[in-house]
Amino acid sequence: MAIPLSYNVRNLRVRKTTTAMTALGIALTVSVLLAAFALVEGLRSAFEASGHPLHILVTRKGSDSELSSNFNRSVYNDLKFKQGIARDAKGEPLASLEMVTVINLASQEFPEGSNISVRGVTATGLAIREEMKLTQGRWFTPGRREVTVGSSIARRNPDAQMGRMLRFGRGDWEVVGVFDSPQPARNSEILADLNQAAGDFERTEVLSSALIRATDAVTHQALINDLNYDGKLNVQARPEKDYYQQQTSSGDLVRYLGTFVALIMAVGSCFAAMNTMYAAVARRSKEIGTLRVLGFSRRSILLSFLLESLLLSLLGGALGIALVLPLNGLTTGIGSNVTFAEVAFSLRVSPEIMAKGMVFALAMGAFGGLLPAFSAARKQILAALRQV
Amino acid sequence: MRFLPLIVKNCLRNRRRSVLTITSLSISLCLLGVMMALYYALFFGGPAKAQARRIVTRHKVSIVFQMPIYYREQIRKVAGVEEVAIWQWYGGVYKDSRDQRNFFPRLGIEAEKLFSVYQDYRIPEDQKRAFLRDPAGCVVGRTLANRFGFHVGDKILIKGDIFPFDLDLTVRGIFETSEGSDETLWFNFKYLENALRNSSRLAAGTFTILARSPEDVPRICRDVDELFANSPAPTKTESEYAFGLSFLSFLGNIKVILMSICGAVTFTILLISANTMAMSVRERVREVGVLKTLGFQARTILWLILAESGLIAIIGGAIGLVVAQLLCVVIRQGPAIVDQTKTLSIQPPVFAALIGVSLFIGVASAIVPAWHASRQNIVDALRFTD
Repeated sequence: MAIPLSYNVRNLRVRKTTTAMTALGIALTVSVLLAAFALVEGLRSAFEASGHPLHILVTRKGSDSELSSNFNRSVYNDLKFKQGIARDAKGEPLASLEMVTVINLASQEFPEGSNISVRGVTATGLAIREEMKLTQGRWFTPGRREVTVGSSIARRNPDAQMGRMLRFGRGDWEVVGVFDSPQPARNSEILADLNQAAGDFERTEVLSSALIRATDAVTHQALINDLNYDGKLNVQARPEKDYYQQQTSSGDLVRYLGTFVALIMAVGSCFAAMNTMYAAVARRSKEIGTLRVLGFSRRSILLSFLLESLLLSLLGGALGIALVLPLNGLTTGIGSNVTFAEVAFSLRVSPEIMAKGMVFALAMGAFGGLLPAFSAARKQILAALRQV
Repeated sequence: MRFLPLIVKNCLRNRRRSVLTITSLSISLCLLGVMMALYYALFFGGPAKAQARRIVTRHKVSIVFQMPIYYREQIRKVAGVEEVAIWQWYGGVYKDSRDQRNFFPRLGIEAEKLFSVYQDYRIPEDQKRAFLRDPAGCVVGRTLANRFGFHVGDKILIKGDIFPFDLDLTVRGIFETSEGSDETLWFNFKYLENALRNSSRLAAGTFTILARSPEDVPRICRDVDELFANSPAPTKTESEYAFGLSFLSFLGNIKVILMSICGAVTFTILLISANTMAMSVRERVREVGVLKTLGFQARTILWLILAESGLIAIIGGAIGLVVAQLLCVVIRQGPAIVDQTKTLSIQPPVFAALIGVSLFIGVASAIVPAWHASRQNIVDALRFTD
């Protein structure tokens, strides 16, 4: 017969201070792990939500990023009449020639500055990203040194405010508007007129990439194959979604570091839980003896102590989750390993992450509680009863 | 001092508990040690010895923009400059870029200046001469050579992405360095000159300046930037150390991450230790009563318990330090994120801070139970049943 759970709950309550301290130790360990996970999860979901399912990003063959791609205007003129490219209301193909570069911009988090993407686009470039909405001001005017900045940039970089000037290329560029996109990665970019920007950087013929939209999902794959095997164009086409997804690995270092630290801390917390449980076993020697006399089996004793340790870690896990919850939604920036530019994203404490934290906490409880529970179960009735 | 045997005996009273506590303290303190060593090396350590005189000049707007070659001669004239070398990030693809392990920096540099600017590089004289003679030659670092099995005479083909041509290089030498990264491939800048002849793209990506003395560095930085302030390509000049650190923000907000880890670890240790001390004191309330009956003063009892806790914390700290130092050795072997991790070790200030933390943990964790025990009324203490 099993010993009722309420017995364990009461025991934990009697030793309030010890219980609280052990649980808090477990909680901190869990929260370190979860903070790292929340960061990576935020990054993942930001990139996951970015990109259009029908979009194809075309760069020079062999280039993994737009920044390292040299894409000639003539190639664009050849590819924009390919079969399968969607057309706008006026019958023009939805194929946008773009130029990408990075500039150094100071932010509150990194006062020394970090890399920010600047993208030169034409009217087609804005049309193909129809989900972007202006929240302030207006779009840049073609032929002028004006930029419209993404909402993350406007929030994070004090120099990129409405009416301020950014100095790059051959002179000052005025910030005339702020846009917001439901695709988070886009909000970390500065948009400018393609021809003006290309002229400033002396790249009128050699640009970076083309973004095109396929008419439907089937054509999407066919168009990618067509572009990749076109020897004359010598380009690399990939789904825009893949391009963003690939950047999730930018958070790898943080994830490894967080996991490594949490694992080491877990060993420490396990030992602390073990200490607590051993003390509990030692103190309740007589009780264990009494329970045995009453007819509870060794197995019930073992289970009961193990359960108590698990309860303790459950408490710790819940506390740990509560500790990281305030991080949810916190914005930070990380350098993308693909675009060589900073992307801003919000930390995300998702239900899966909370579940992972709970499992981690319970594992600590199980490891910490197993040996003490065994020693409790092994006790001889007479010796246990006699112990003071 | 004469109570030392008593303190030691008290530590050994419950061996299993002491061992568990010391182990968990040492594990946590070792982690704290490594994190603090990293933090110190990155933000307080200053430049490695070999790089103390090196300065890097790049385009002010961003490192991806280039500067005219002729800047070299103008920088050369700045007082205190011993040598200026142009180097260029080539990028490119080796084998298959989808596999991250195939990534390593490929940099074009004026061959004759490589070893005068990077004076910590060691290379056999004949290999050095062969590299200087071959416009399509390259030298690779020892770690890189081991990783890919490069030998002198091997061909390396790198496909161009940023540049519209491929590199077809011959390994002319393998260099070693103890302080910086040796995972770089340096090729002869002449290769770029030949391939980009008459092209506007032949430009300088970055200049490395060697100052005559470390004291000249801040002034040279100012002078160089002033020189080009109103030109079409303004520059940003900083010590190589600062230049390396500027890439750190790329990995995320390292400062905040390291700080919060240190904080969480310290607090966890405090909890573990406090928990043990509370348990161990609670067990011996009656004994404290006996000691008091024998004439021990409250103050002595307070000290006895504090010393016991301090002893446990110090032992845990010492073991943690040794393990942390060993971990630093392991990190030094790993890939260099920045040059500083190549010489990572527990520096004296970090050592002192760790001892301080250990002592603090020892005292802070025992102060409440020790205070209560020493204040206990003799009769209550003797009557106490656990």
